[in-house]
Amino acid sequence: MSKKTLTFLLMDAPFEQARVTTAFRLIEDALEKGHDVNVFTYEGGVSLSFTEQKPHPNAVHGRSVVEEEHPLPKDWIAFIQEKAKEKGCNFNWINCGLCLDERGVNDAIVGCERGGPADFLVWAKNSTSTLVIGTK
Amino acid sequence: MKALQIIQSAYRCTVEEQDDPVVWFAQVLQNNGGEIDILLKGNAVNYVIAGQDSSGLKFGKWQQNQPAKLDLDLTDCLKNGLGIYIISEDAQDRGIPTDKIIAGIKTVSRKELPALFEEYEQVWHW
Amino acid sequence: MAKYFLIESRSPFDSAEVTHNYQLASDLANAGHEVTLFLVENGVFVTRSQASVHSFNNLEKVALLVDDFSLRERGIELSEVRSEIKPANLGLVVDAMAEGQKVMWL
Repeated sequence: MSKKTLTFLLMDAPFEQARVTTAFRLIEDALEKGHDVNVFTYEGGVSLSFTEQKPHPNAVHGRSVVEEEHPLPKDWIAFIQEKAKEKGCNFNWINCGLCLDERGVNDAIVGCERGGPADFLVWAKNSTSTLVIGTK
Repeated sequence: MKALQIIQSAYRCTVEEQDDPVVWFAQVLQNNGGEIDILLKGNAVNYVIAGQDSSGLKFGKWQQNQPAKLDLDLTDCLKNGLGIYIISEDAQDRGIPTDKIIAGIKTVSRKELPALFEEYEQVWHW
Repeated sequence: MAKYFLIESRSPFDSAEVTHNYQLASDLANAGHEVTLFLVENGVFVTRSQASVHSFNNLEKVALLVDDFSLRERGIELSEVRSEIKPANLGLVVDAMAEGQKVMWL
């Protein structure tokens, strides 16, 4: 399959909806297939890249922090960034700036930039396909 | 690029955001050169009702001074060239009185959606 | 005619809107388009042949797929799934996007 540019818009906050996991599965698959991927986050989605996410132990299961290996979306993004480099794919991530401000989650991991809906529109115009994954 | 925004989730965060975030997003896209229309379905069809009023909320000394005015926002959308559709069956199911719908709204039945979608390069379902 | 790839992550047990989404898939197919309905997450709860979901019965012209991971996650064995629904890999969504289909998450 030839390389395409695919754009995703994510709206759900971390740890709230299965749509976040499914979105990451799609992004992983797109990069695995060699496509370039853009991700624009809106509303709760802007928290996905927040640097201050911290793992925790799990007393119910008797697991320490190390044993629990609690997933953090910011780490998923970082691993996906690495994968994109290895595959020679462009992987761009923009968080809606106003959404960052109102949630106080401006500290995003490296490679996740601040922007706005106009950036999303440029991407959509230049992508083969754009999938909006809205909050329900 | 003509893109249809389908909005279904309603009043989810309209107090906190003082807007519907997708209606707002659509306006920004339009202002930045998009050719944007909106289709309201499900509970979101209620957005077209004139006279919605969420003013007066107070928490301690905090008071909301800029409550969302969804009917006025949609009227502004219309003035800016966005087309706005509602699904007629969803409006009927909810007993929405036609004389309370703001001017300029177009209705479309569910059976007409395939034809409507074909008018757009992109259909984004929020 | 166009190709539509529709993703449904909810079931009618979650929201009555899902029934209308199934109807949309059927209407698009009846209008002559090639339509795929891909069930994922809790959308897979309609797939058990014993599930009581009458609104799912009008989709003969629609290609019905279900995310294999979502089935496994919920302990739904393939032998329980309605015969007209095929298990599939989520990567088909990406393929549909790459092909330029109109992909919508309902």
